[in-house]
Amino acid sequence: MRSEDPVQRSRATETISAAYWKPIYKYVRLKWNLPAEDAQDFTQEFLLRLIEKEFLDSFDPGKARLRTFMRTCADRLFLKQVRDAHRQKRNGGNVIPLDFDEAEQEFARRSKPTSPEQYFERECVRHLLALAVERLRAKCESAGKVIHFEIFHEYDLDREAETPASYSTLAKKHQLATTEVTNYLAWARREFRACVLQQLREMSSSDEEFRQEAKAILGINPK
Amino acid sequence: MKWLGDGTVDRLRANMQVPDLTGTRYRAIRYVASGGMAAIWLAEDTALKRNVALKVLDAEDLPQLESRLLREAHILATLEHPGIVPVHDAGRLPDGRVFYCMKFVEGQRLDEFLTTVAALPDRLRLMLRIAEPVAFAHSRGIIHRDLKPENVMVGPFGEVLVMDWGLGKILNEHSTESSAAIASADEQQRTPAAASSTNHGTVLGTPGYMAPEQLRGEVESIDQRTDIYGLGVILSVMIGSPAGGRAARRHRPILAICAKAMHPDPNQRYPAVQALTADIADFLAGSPISAYAESPVERMARLFDRHRTAVLLIAAYLVMRLLFILFSRR
Repeated sequence: MRSEDPVQRSRATETISAAYWKPIYKYVRLKWNLPAEDAQDFTQEFLLRLIEKEFLDSFDPGKARLRTFMRTCADRLFLKQVRDAHRQKRNGGNVIPLDFDEAEQEFARRSKPTSPEQYFERECVRHLLALAVERLRAKCESAGKVIHFEIFHEYDLDREAETPASYSTLAKKHQLATTEVTNYLAWARREFRACVLQQLREMSSSDEEFRQEAKAILGINPK
Repeated sequence: MKWLGDGTVDRLRANMQVPDLTGTRYRAIRYVASGGMAAIWLAEDTALKRNVALKVLDAEDLPQLESRLLREAHILATLEHPGIVPVHDAGRLPDGRVFYCMKFVEGQRLDEFLTTVAALPDRLRLMLRIAEPVAFAHSRGIIHRDLKPENVMVGPFGEVLVMDWGLGKILNEHSTESSAAIASADEQQRTPAAASSTNHGTVLGTPGYMAPEQLRGEVESIDQRTDIYGLGVILSVMIGSPAGGRAARRHRPILAICAKAMHPDPNQRYPAVQALTADIADFLAGSPISAYAESPVERMARLFDRHRTAVLLIAAYLVMRLLFILFSRR
């Protein structure tokens, strides 16, 4: 992200944009009560500024976490827009293809009432994990381990109930031995963890920031 | 993209926290505690059918912290003493995280345990046992650098263990790039805003318990006397603030021991743990101590305390004798 190499910088910005657009969209929907269309315009403008105006140049990992910085940037941009009393559409009609319909559906599914800041934090984690799931899916497909992903999907992602389908049920369904199911699941969980960390690593500007984020997201919370 | 509900997010996060023990001899039982860089898990050693503690780094691919954790394991392996928790195994888990396995210690932290020990002599005897493993480590050229009540455990049978050697330093070890990197990681890990690094070195330890030379980051000045400062802090916590009057007067020597152990100038502290424990043992035995020059009155009071029974018997004898003389003259 702070690399001198423009290609690397561009890739880092792309990763960050992909990781934050949805949380930013949902955050402004909640905090500033923006209608969906305005929130979409805002998110587009935010990302364009992120890419073109190099928001990230002013990011100091010693002062705040990237997540907090992004939220603060969103707040500042919104207030600036209000102050300027007009919101210009994206420069030259540039539009970044984003699935706002999906974001809007997810926004509608929010459950517990929390502060916009807490909501933003939660959505950042949710989106990070969702991106990692996609990474894992791609990894499994390319490695010919689709069944590993399916077992992970059914056991860890798809269950709403407290008690998941038993290993033997999954074994029966996929015509595997129970030990194979547990081995495949362990492999998929291990790879999923690696995907999350890889995603985090790409979004972090330093080892220390990566460590803090890993601690915040994967670390133990005694409470 | 797959929508992850709140329950799924929580479950995925919880799963990621559990160390991956696939293919190892361990089976995770429950989470126990978390420190700055690692978590402790209670696990079963399935080969030996016993419970052990696994200290697992929070994340993989952090070479500095990995070195530090392995260094801690190495230090523990070097120090075979009943007052230091034994390490059984070290390595890397299938998920890439570095870990080491040690004895699972059940007990209370010293600060909690002290609530059950009221008498000063009992507390001082406990202090002597805390000092033993520290003295042993010093004899092996290792200093702890983070002595505090929270790092001392008292087991169910009264066994005392000095824990958390993560900041341990091997004396006379040449500084290497790797150790500098470890120190740098330590700084980021341990240094709260209140403590700061200096141009001289690195701040390591816990603010409030650190010796002045540690606070100043004077790495070259850190030696056994830094731990003696830590023992002084523990001793001061153990004796608490004595009430006024006679009790306070009787505490003066032990307060002097604390003051000497915690002297800002390392040269004015006890030169070795043995000298500190000798003073505590002498205080317990009612003998004079090196850290405190008592007045004649205090010496009398101390001698009286030490030989109370004999003095009272002699006094009773003299009174009886006097009464006998008086009555026999009438």
